[in-house]
Amino acid sequence: MLVLVTVAAIFVVVFGLLAYVVVRFRRRYHDPSEPPQIYGSTQVELAWTVIPVLVVVALFLASARVIASIQNARRPPGALEVIVTGHQYWWEYRYPDLKITTANELHVPLSDPAHPTPTFLTLLSADTDHSFWVPRLGGKTDLIPNHPNSMWIDPHEKGVFLGQCAQYCGTQHAKMLLRVYVDSRAEFDRWVRMQQQPPPGGASPLGQRVFESTACVNCHTVSGSRANGKFGPDLTHLMTRETIASGAAANTHEMLRLWIKNPDAIKPGSKMPAMGLSDPDLDAVTAYLETLR
Amino acid sequence: MSTTAITLSDTTARPVTLRFHEWVTTVDHKRLGILYVVYALIFLLVGGVEATIMRLQLVRPHNDFVSPQAFNRMFTMHGTTMIFFVAMPLVFGFANYLVPLMIGARDMAFPRLNAFSLWMTALGGLFLYFSFLGGDGLYGAGSAPDVGWFAYAPLTAKTFSVGHSTDFWTLSLLSSGIGSIGTAINLIATILCMRCPGMTLGKMPLLVWLNLVMAGLVILAVSPLSAAQIMLLIDRYLGGHFFDTQAGGSAVIWMHFFWIFGHPEVYVLVLPAFAFASEIIPVFSRKAIFGYPVMVLATIAIGFIGMSVWAHHMFTIGMSAGANTFFVLSTMAIAVPTGIKIFNWLATMWGGKLRLATPMLFCIAFLFQFLVAGLTGVTLAVAPLDWQLGNSYYVVAHFHYVIVGGILFTVFGAFYYWFPKASGKMLNEELGKLHFWLFLIGFHLTFDFMHVPGILGMPRRIYTYEPGRGWDIWNLIVSVGVLFQAAGILIFVFNLVWSYFRGKAAGKDPWNAWTLEWSTSSPPPVYNYATIPTVRSRRPLWDLKHPEDPDWRYE
Repeated sequence: MLVLVTVAAIFVVVFGLLAYVVVRFRRRYHDPSEPPQIYGSTQVELAWTVIPVLVVVALFLASARVIASIQNARRPPGALEVIVTGHQYWWEYRYPDLKITTANELHVPLSDPAHPTPTFLTLLSADTDHSFWVPRLGGKTDLIPNHPNSMWIDPHEKGVFLGQCAQYCGTQHAKMLLRVYVDSRAEFDRWVRMQQQPPPGGASPLGQRVFESTACVNCHTVSGSRANGKFGPDLTHLMTRETIASGAAANTHEMLRLWIKNPDAIKPGSKMPAMGLSDPDLDAVTAYLETLR
Repeated sequence: MSTTAITLSDTTARPVTLRFHEWVTTVDHKRLGILYVVYALIFLLVGGVEATIMRLQLVRPHNDFVSPQAFNRMFTMHGTTMIFFVAMPLVFGFANYLVPLMIGARDMAFPRLNAFSLWMTALGGLFLYFSFLGGDGLYGAGSAPDVGWFAYAPLTAKTFSVGHSTDFWTLSLLSSGIGSIGTAINLIATILCMRCPGMTLGKMPLLVWLNLVMAGLVILAVSPLSAAQIMLLIDRYLGGHFFDTQAGGSAVIWMHFFWIFGHPEVYVLVLPAFAFASEIIPVFSRKAIFGYPVMVLATIAIGFIGMSVWAHHMFTIGMSAGANTFFVLSTMAIAVPTGIKIFNWLATMWGGKLRLATPMLFCIAFLFQFLVAGLTGVTLAVAPLDWQLGNSYYVVAHFHYVIVGGILFTVFGAFYYWFPKASGKMLNEELGKLHFWLFLIGFHLTFDFMHVPGILGMPRRIYTYEPGRGWDIWNLIVSVGVLFQAAGILIFVFNLVWSYFRGKAAGKDPWNAWTLEWSTSSPPPVYNYATIPTVRSRRPLWDLKHPEDPDWRYE
């Protein structure tokens, strides 16, 4: 705030001077005579050196304090820990204490200022550089391979907060969206319990058979089944998510089917291949995925 | 100084092939300077088309004017082209043309090195654009580079960048880097060794001083960039692992290498812009520059501090609090000498008689825009604000404010100011004013409003965006501004061509200016000065025109 006010004040003063000079000293008629030549003034130069130095020192001290308060913050006992891994072009979230793995939609508890329960994020990358940015929850921090980073958020307001990857990471950088759900404590606990249970099995045996007999299982995990790939998002509780393709499409029957049929139709350049399934197989797999709650 | 030009031979009478051969094999600093500038202007149009494609794509959410792959190539090519093949050649072109003339020399210190540097730079541009064909464009899925102009590792590793587009990008920067270093060495040698009698360091025109510091920065900044390009080539072809994170390399090292080039590069470009302003503003205010020694000291201070601010591009990569704090301080510190310069230009205008011809209009707009750019720069220097604004459209708006609003505006001013010297013809003043106003309106439509989506959370380098984030209207306005800018540029190019053939004759000294280049004919003869001039002050032509009140009495 101090910074913005100072900057605005400098702008007004210097712009005012410039405007005044241009208007006041404009040559109004053809006047061949030269104005008096002035070569400089030590006092004036000193003044406009010392004053900016003082301004810079003030701004610097203010920002140094904020940097220290953010980067050296202590982790309170109630803090939640999440490991965020950036992939081309989606987000993997692991809650090590809660033994949950999910993707793209991050759920965190609302933090009460009296008893803060901030969320501490460890930021990793599986491939190229990414950056975790949800503007209304905090600044961005990059996810860099071989260079673990961390940041924390302390949300005091419930709701869905939108963000996206903020470091160019390849073809579909633009659709590497992310959603953070800030839930009340009760909602969050309910969500955690749901994520910890295995999905109800056996509801769509045909679709499950097709799913497990194609290359889907090389990249995706559905806990309690043969699918245990790690390259793509964990699908165990796919239906609890509101979006697919890292926020690029709503999680509806039509979009899900289209996404399985031809990912490039939604997100050209995405790393998920079109599997070339026949229409009946496509319907079966879609039906199976829709049982994963 | 009173000797008139002697024309060696009538250049228009000889066959085209011979004249072409003369231009290709020339070692004359003026011809090389013009070649640099023409080359830069061609790439300015190319880079402008790339920008226009991007703005058409972003005009509304979920637009599909181009594919994501094509968009990513466009921003990579736009950035690389504008920095390395527009801004740098413009800077070197003007330096080449003006420095020897302004110090009363007959040529640069190393004319052949000069020609070599130009053609290495030209080769770089060829490499970059050959990637459209050679980067597996006609056969495979690839084409021009799509790794972004700062090409962060490991996106450039073989794993993520298949084909050869990244190789062409690397070779392009390596080749033009050799050209840049050659020119920098040449400029330093010329300025230190070739000044005419009487021109001590303290009596050099400010333009020469600023180019001297610029050349020093080029050597310090481009060398690490070239080293990094060689390391990248080793990674890609010789099994090296400097930046290959899958084999234990470091992505962060690349960032340091790139930005220790990338930030001083901003000063490499902006110091010549300051140089143009420092020549044009006094002449059109009819006053000597205010505080010459302080201007020189501020330049040197910018050079030194400019080498220690690079990691402010890296506030979001997870540096320690100590490192972040240091780079906040160094970055803010550079605002002081820059501010001093702005105050000195204002003081130069204060009490003058301002002639608002086109060169001066561009310089006044520069002062305003550079003020804004500097202040948004201060906001970005505050690391906690940068955590929000970094890599967003706010940053894109900020650095375009510097590069277009600051640098390109003064370069346009320089064109209107020195074109008469180089061609012997005045640029048309009405077209010039039209160019100025169109470009000014377009610039502000585009880059003022571009700050807003950045503040609202729009990251850069996205080929499309979701509706409902409040970004739509701002992107539309930004894109509309491009139309005005494009119109301005086309008028400018038309003006250059038309005035070259039909312009009013300029004479030696159309602006009633004070530095040495205005004492020889327009265009100057090959040897510049029949008799090497002798100077006694910073404004030798003022002394000539005002023998009753010469500058050397006061300096």
